[in-house]
Amino acid sequence: MQSIALAKQALRASAPSKIFARSLATATQKPVLLKEFKIYRWNPDQPEEKPKLQSYTIDLNQTGPMILDALIKIKNEMDPTLTFRRSCREGICGSCAMNIDGQNTLACLCRIDRSPTKNTKVYPLPHMYIVKDLVPDMTQFYKQYKSIQPWLQNDNPPTQGEFLQSIDDRKKLDGLYECILCACCSTSCPSYWWNQDEYLGPATLMQAYRWIADSRDTHTEERKDRLQNDMSMYRCHTIFNCSRTCPKGLNPAAAIAKIKLELAVE
Amino acid sequence: MMSTRALGLSSALRTVAFAPRTLRNQVVLRNGISRRFVQTESLTPTANIDILNKQRLKRPSSPHFTIYQPQLTWIASIANRVTGAGLSVLLYGFSIAYLIAPGTFDSVHVVDFVHGLPEAVKYAGKFILAAPFSFHAINGLRHLAWDTGKFLSVKSVYGTGYAVLGATAVSTAFLTFLK
Repeated sequence: MQSIALAKQALRASAPSKIFARSLATATQKPVLLKEFKIYRWNPDQPEEKPKLQSYTIDLNQTGPMILDALIKIKNEMDPTLTFRRSCREGICGSCAMNIDGQNTLACLCRIDRSPTKNTKVYPLPHMYIVKDLVPDMTQFYKQYKSIQPWLQNDNPPTQGEFLQSIDDRKKLDGLYECILCACCSTSCPSYWWNQDEYLGPATLMQAYRWIADSRDTHTEERKDRLQNDMSMYRCHTIFNCSRTCPKGLNPAAAIAKIKLELAVE
Repeated sequence: MMSTRALGLSSALRTVAFAPRTLRNQVVLRNGISRRFVQTESLTPTANIDILNKQRLKRPSSPHFTIYQPQLTWIASIANRVTGAGLSVLLYGFSIAYLIAPGTFDSVHVVDFVHGLPEAVKYAGKFILAAPFSFHAINGLRHLAWDTGKFLSVKSVYGTGYAVLGATAVSTAFLTFLK
């Protein structure tokens, strides 16, 4: 208490309070740091117009740290027609997956490169049909996920209580179940670019393995049989773009390699 | 608060603030404040699908390898493809040529032909053959290792990738200058 009173006294003595308050406000003002963003645009209402990169320049010192902050700022303050998906802004919903400076990642987890001389290019996920601007059509991706029947299948459920699993068996699911289905990996895969119609892609295949590896699931053989053909899984050529780009740090390529091993020893 | 004031709703909000909580949420907010200025028209599901299908006909596909960052992962994979295809074309091309004209493409003639070339062309030719062969052969070992379940983390993918590049350089130099 005494020290506060002393400080107050000192303030009163040194300067009038108004000037003191103003000097504080000026001190926190940051310099302007302009950065150019080039963003892929395509409008379904003008389908004849070719997709183009549109340039926006914003002050990074008035923007949050992530690419998603920049996109939201552009949409709010400069161009409300800019269209993109976003929801949780913390890397758990997978909505804001897009190609930023050549890499697929989540806009909400990707820091803005603060170098003012280099622009940042933002494209939608590669080789996908575009609904508008940064919004790709995910219909096929979800259909593929559905096709692997991503739910627990067991014809002999326990008579009472839940399915039990050893600690070791549970550990096999770590690194698989965390997938948020943002499609960053699948759309980074050159094989998926060329054979999207038949090849399931890394995200779906990793989930296929998640159910193959689950000790509580007894339909393992049917699950493997569905992958035992030229296209569904064997279009994976171990390129590793999927694991390299996964914003959650998962490893779809390793999961697919393990399915291949299991199918090979049959 | 700021935006509602701009719409001239601040007095309404102020009365809301004193209203009981349930009333505040359900009646006033829904009817008064969240009024939309753009009207959406409701369509039947089939009409929705029709519009969607009309749009689908004209949708562009987003750019892919032209905009994707060059990374050791997929560049090495493409190089593996290209060198494999190139070496196969050479093997099959030479074999078929030999079948068609065995007199022109037998070892004696080939050796004679190469012998007559200038030194620089010989080295260039050896390099052009040695580089893709070395890369494809050594990278093939990497693929075999992956197929047995080894080196499957991103870190070891890069480690083995750089190792393959290094070994390719050494092997290419050796084969090029081999007398």
